[in-house]
Amino acid sequence: MTALLALDGLTKAYPGVVANDTVSLSIAPGEVHALLGENGAGKSTLVKMIYGLVKPDQGTMQMHGAPYAPLEPRAARAAGVGMVFQHFSLFDALSVAENIALGMENAPKLRALSEQIRKVSDTYGLPLAPDRIVGDLSAGERQRVEIIRCLLQDPKLLIMDEPTSVLTPQEVEILFETLRKLSAEGTAILYISHKLEEIRALCDAATILRLGKVVGECIPRDTTAREMAEMMVGKVLSTPSRPSVTLGDTLLELRGLSRPSPSAFGMPLRDISVSLRKGEVLGIGGVAGNGQDELLAALSGEMRAPEGMVHLKGVDIGALGPNARRIAGLLAAPEERLGHAAAPDMSLTENAMLTGAAREQLEKKGFLNWPAARGFAERIIETFDVRTPGAGNAARSLSGGNLQKFVIGREVLQRPEVLVVNQPTWGVDASAAAAIRQALLDLATDGAAVIVISQDLDELMEISDRFAALNEGRLSEPRSTDGLTVEEIGLLMGGAHGMEVAHV
Amino acid sequence: MDLSVINPILLIAALMSAATPILLAATGELVVERAGVLNLGVEGMMILGAICGFAIAVETGSPLTGFIAAALGGAVLSLLFAFLTQITLANQVASGLALTLFGLGLSALLGQGYVGIKPPRMADFNFGPLADIPVIGPILFSHDPILYFGLLLVAMVWAVLKFTRAGLVLRAVGENHDAAHALGYKVVRIRTLAIMFGGACAGMGGAYISLIRVPQWTEGMTAGVGWIALALVVFASWKPWRVLLGAYLFGGITQLQLNLQGAGVAIPVEYLAMSPYVITIIVLVVLSADKSAAPGSLGRTFHASH
Repeated sequence: MTALLALDGLTKAYPGVVANDTVSLSIAPGEVHALLGENGAGKSTLVKMIYGLVKPDQGTMQMHGAPYAPLEPRAARAAGVGMVFQHFSLFDALSVAENIALGMENAPKLRALSEQIRKVSDTYGLPLAPDRIVGDLSAGERQRVEIIRCLLQDPKLLIMDEPTSVLTPQEVEILFETLRKLSAEGTAILYISHKLEEIRALCDAATILRLGKVVGECIPRDTTAREMAEMMVGKVLSTPSRPSVTLGDTLLELRGLSRPSPSAFGMPLRDISVSLRKGEVLGIGGVAGNGQDELLAALSGEMRAPEGMVHLKGVDIGALGPNARRIAGLLAAPEERLGHAAAPDMSLTENAMLTGAAREQLEKKGFLNWPAARGFAERIIETFDVRTPGAGNAARSLSGGNLQKFVIGREVLQRPEVLVVNQPTWGVDASAAAAIRQALLDLATDGAAVIVISQDLDELMEISDRFAALNEGRLSEPRSTDGLTVEEIGLLMGGAHGMEVAHV
Repeated sequence: MDLSVINPILLIAALMSAATPILLAATGELVVERAGVLNLGVEGMMILGAICGFAIAVETGSPLTGFIAAALGGAVLSLLFAFLTQITLANQVASGLALTLFGLGLSALLGQGYVGIKPPRMADFNFGPLADIPVIGPILFSHDPILYFGLLLVAMVWAVLKFTRAGLVLRAVGENHDAAHALGYKVVRIRTLAIMFGGACAGMGGAYISLIRVPQWTEGMTAGVGWIALALVVFASWKPWRVLLGAYLFGGITQLQLNLQGAGVAIPVEYLAMSPYVITIIVLVVLSADKSAAPGSLGRTFHASH
């Protein structure tokens, strides 16, 4: 059988970095092919070349044996390539139908298009009303818009860039059902992810990229997740571990915490009650946008709470701001690295000063002790293996993973009594992620309490003692992670949000 | 005080004419902002259009050629803004302010030989017997062609934005330029075209002042109309018909307060003179209370990074 798409020796270099180095792979019609690799391995650049967003420096592509060199996405779409983006390429203020029309060549009139959308969404079990405004849709629904946009063009090859990061396990299962249907109909799927179990469940073949090069191929069903992970990273991984601990006194307690969201499209917190003991790691899962940011803000002190809702060591701290809470021992590291956790254009020393001033005695009577701040920053860089020329570099100049190590390390080294982190290993490579998780566990072993908010369920299962899920601003009853199944977690996260299995 | 000297028919006819420069400039700016660009240089493009139109109309003797030259002048000046903000990625607010100052200065230079000259008059559009209908005739059918063009322009902009693919793409670029780029739309090209359209409209609005409203050339004669047009776009929630409403409201109250001054109403002139601004803002603020958000990418610099 001739390949649907064959890449031969594709190379793309940007100043200072070779994003893709002689990458070759081929995909047969109906095949579900996984593209595996860590952040920065060159997956995105590769699919951008296939989709015509980036032109290769060298190498050729063939589709059905004929040369294929799309100059722009339009040409790629015309050749039958569809792409579902990782960061949704949708327009909030426009309706579903308008959004879909924008992604199509020769879009029909809106009324006819709405009919088609209804038909396709019925066929594939992806309910979607064409006249709704995209800004009002949930993350899962937005993804449906993207998928239907591709399906309407009858693609021969569908590229999916990390499609499951915003879905509950049940929604993932339904998505896979749809993808299997498509594959049975002969549509090839190029599936990018670093979630290895998903790839094992879905994909027929996998190509593994590391630092822009193809370092291996495998049949995911016959390969363990660990083997694939080690191919991705290129070394043997150690699993974070800690000795079993006995839990101490209650450190942090939330009693019926309810707050409206500070942002217009945010999620209010609804009656959240949970208590956290010394030495405990509480994992909080949930689909993005279900109150994670708001919960972090309520804990860090960015959002104040009325009396009686937030207690630290028995003292009501609801009215205290972030600095007062830091002094009291409650530290937080938010998800957004640039702009929230770190000031992009300030140096690492200055960023270390920003949150460390109070607990590390970096200021005295309003005067700043810069040598001490530099020492603190260098200690973070040293301890957490942050790759940067020095503490004088701007936060913006660090790669995402390195900056993540810095902002987490900055809080961990301040010896918190309670640490709250949101997405601690987001965008961090596997070995660095393991190091961060180990640091969080060590912190708990030493008697701190840690709240880890994350969308990575594997991570939560690995490090938490108890698990709870945020759904629509409500926190489920925490459950011990021993014996907790993915099925149960999915239900805690709110189930399938109204999706149904494709019925073709 | 004698209010009977105010003739309502002439008042309404005059307000349409008073509103036209704002209407033209605001409609152009609306398109620019729907494409996600904030061009604060409207005033500069208007005044340049005013002198270009005036000079060419005087030299050729044809007001229509003057208007075409005004549109070209405004568009060429807006290209400078497009170059600064779309190619060199300069800050849009600073570039727009610079454009206004530059336009004021350049127009004063170009206009040195034209002070005190009367331009050729543009004939009213001939509707034949329609113009003789009482009341309706003088109000609707006794104006110059540019005024009708302004109304047509609003209708066209509305229809294009709402019903055509070109309009959808333009709105998409203004809403989320990264997503539009990912789908393969040429963000910079589309925005440059929108900026030029805005420049041409502002230029014609300026020429309407120097050729029809006033008709003569004096330095700085647009006197802040460009800023009113800018404010109008925001308060009109980026909707063409509301821009028309706002422009007519502003023109109407300007005209009315002039008539009231003439009639000797016992209100200090300063209050009358500020009333168009105050009332227009109040009405449009009330109207814009329904949450019609600004274009998502408005004023943000687009760079097609890898």
